[in-house]
Amino acid sequence: MTTTGRNSKTAQRKAAMAVLAHSDAAEIAGFLADIAVPAHENLREPENGLVMLRGRIGGDGAPFNLGEATVSRAAVRLATGEVGFGYTLGRDAQKARMIALCDAMVQSAELSDEVEAKVIEPLRAAMLAARNRKAEETAATRVDFYTMVRGEG
Amino acid sequence: MYVAVKGGERAIENAHRLLAHERRGDRDVPEVTLAQISEQLSLGVDRVMTEGSLYDRELAALAIKQARGDMIEAIFLVRAFRATLPRFGASEPVNTGEMQVRRRISSTFKDIPGGQILGPTFDYTHRLLDPQLAEGFVPEQPATAEAPQTPAPRVTDILGRDGLIESSPQAEPDAPVGDLTREPLSFPADRDLRLQNLARGDEGFLLALGYSTQRGYGRNHPFAGEIRFGDVEVEFFAEDAGFAVPLGSIELTECQMVNQFKGSATEAPCFTRGYGLAFGQSERKTMSMALVDRALRARELDEEARSPAQDEEFVMSHSDNVQATGFVEHLKLPHYVDFQSELGLLRKLRQEFAEANDTPELREAAE
Repeated sequence: MTTTGRNSKTAQRKAAMAVLAHSDAAEIAGFLADIAVPAHENLREPENGLVMLRGRIGGDGAPFNLGEATVSRAAVRLATGEVGFGYTLGRDAQKARMIALCDAMVQSAELSDEVEAKVIEPLRAAMLAARNRKAEETAATRVDFYTMVRGEG
Repeated sequence: MYVAVKGGERAIENAHRLLAHERRGDRDVPEVTLAQISEQLSLGVDRVMTEGSLYDRELAALAIKQARGDMIEAIFLVRAFRATLPRFGASEPVNTGEMQVRRRISSTFKDIPGGQILGPTFDYTHRLLDPQLAEGFVPEQPATAEAPQTPAPRVTDILGRDGLIESSPQAEPDAPVGDLTREPLSFPADRDLRLQNLARGDEGFLLALGYSTQRGYGRNHPFAGEIRFGDVEVEFFAEDAGFAVPLGSIELTECQMVNQFKGSATEAPCFTRGYGLAFGQSERKTMSMALVDRALRARELDEEARSPAQDEEFVMSHSDNVQATGFVEHLKLPHYVDFQSELGLLRKLRQEFAEANDTPELREAAE
């Protein structure tokens, strides 16, 4: 694979992972049930741990440690060799395993289109709809302040 | 000195059993669920996550339930839980400039790109108790409006373009990020460690210190340049995957204080800054944090440091409510041996005093 091809594949994997990390485990499981899941094994048993979350001084300066978050992670290997990784905030090990499975399928030439169309796309649509609804509710609270002159006159 | 005691196992066991009973309250009243706490007491959950220093809504809700609503006890429980899990590493620094904003206000500029967005706020409410909320209240669906496609840059970035405000300090390449959960505190402490300490620090303590700076104890003339709350994406560089993987998003509140300007013979005057950042919607916390962060920069900015909020050793050593409650509350544990030795010493001193002054009444009382 060329560097460009590899970069665009990584971008596709990251985009799919972002959608999956934002979705509920039950929803992911629901869409996965609609496709023929290939034979696979756990490469890394799902495990829970912590990630130290970092902010930046002033929002854009040197990093500092804000506090930790719980994170679940897993890795699976398809019988055809693709290795997928799953990471998500929270402690849902099954969700991490499903993300890893989807990531492996996204890398498979045979399965990529199907998992994109039948799992990632509907989850992405639901995520964007929820995000949009929040943005519209927020937009309704946008305010225009008028400055009044203080004192006499 | 604290000398351990033994015994009382049965009484302790029964006391905990009684605690569990009292925690449940009247058993005819339905038990509160974690989802109810997380959804309906959400600002309490945000505080426990922030000061417990662990982003996990469900665990924070469980801690609040277990602690019977005692926030500091809940924070203590969350801190203790941290120790049970391995740390995978540190996230990429979050970009609050790309926050999906749900509230964003500035008290310095009326017209800011992206607009003033009130969001869900207690501001401008009348603070009158609402009897409707007592039972069965169903709120209206929120109003909606077309969402703007324009980004909402940080107010400090706008001021920064004209050089009117100091820029944020940048990291030395490959400089390690200080972590007070791994190394004990030492002074003077760099700003990364100070901010970590303040982020975990007790909201009430920081509120009082921030207030003290406004009342003249380390005055630095603050304006709330911007307060924003919303969702921020988190990424983590996963060694196994070989790239930064998305973990999902977290809710954060950020406060940028714009403070009195400063210049020198070689540098044009510009506004200085204080910074606050916390999990969830934690506005009072981040405002207090930003005030104290700015006060603690006294040394760096060549200001006279004579007030408590400017004393980093005082502030950082007393901000942690888990440490504070541990030391204060340990006083109620048995100190019998300790006290007996003090009592013995006191009797001896009183006897010596009585003998020196030859007052028979005191001598009798001492014996």
